Amino acid sequence: MSAKRHSSTRAKAAVFAALGDETRLSLLARLCDGQRYSIAELTEGTKLTRQAVTKHLRVLERVRMVRGTRRGRESLFSFDPQPVIEMREYLELVSKQWDVALARLKTFVESDQP
Amino acid sequence: MENQIEKRIEIAAPVSRVWQALTDSRQFGEWFRVKMDGPFVAGQPLSGQITHPGYEHLRMEIMVKAIEPEKFFSYTWHPYAIDPKVDYTKEEPTLVEFRLQPTAVGTLLTVTESGFDKIPSARRAEAFKSNDGGWAQQMKNIEAYVSKTS
Repeated sequence: MSAKRHSSTRAKAAVFAALGDETRLSLLARLCDGQRYSIAELTEGTKLTRQAVTKHLRVLERVRMVRGTRRGRESLFSFDPQPVIEMREYLELVSKQWDVALARLKTFVESDQP
Repeated sequence: MENQIEKRIEIAAPVSRVWQALTDSRQFGEWFRVKMDGPFVAGQPLSGQITHPGYEHLRMEIMVKAIEPEKFFSYTWHPYAIDPKVDYTKEEPTLVEFRLQPTAVGTLLTVTESGFDKIPSARRAEAFKSNDGGWAQQMKNIEAYVSKTS
């Protein structure tokens, strides 16, 4: 197995590891509305410290489930699930491939019908 | 997350004719663009040489699962196995299923492909990036071809 292939399996495991935590799942649930939130906003109403929230957000950012952007001195976080998007794009690609293949099948079969 | 593809197409030909085009490996190869090394046999692996323009250097490997005459045909394979340097056999394959039903027009063919959640995410991204242009062009070729012949 090449180093590249090995790292792709590792990347996948990292996504699951990142999601396997109650705090991070609840942060994702908050972020799911597509809005950008500051660390202060995400800390509000939880028992967590800002440092703890920041740490969890960085974990999610590393596996590309959330994206951090800066507004002045403040970091804002939003839900940006790249692994999910890649899955959808991949399925669209395979789906198109089938459309093309089945169109050829139809032409192939119908061309010799009376 | 959606991890299955389902396609339906109605073909103006009897079920028996569509069945042949699907399960006679030579006829399958005509439209799927692959030259299979032998016939499809349930429970047996089969490989072939891709004949799709631009991809002739690739081989296709499938494992035939079920053949129920004029009703059901299924196999597993590795979709988008486009990098000859990669050994795809270690990855979980996807399952392709063809179902045939008679209709007033001829035959309704339903194709499902499932099991995509097991494909490493990085490879999904690679397949998409490396092939998007190629397939977009291919789609146009086919569209032109089909509209010319119909």
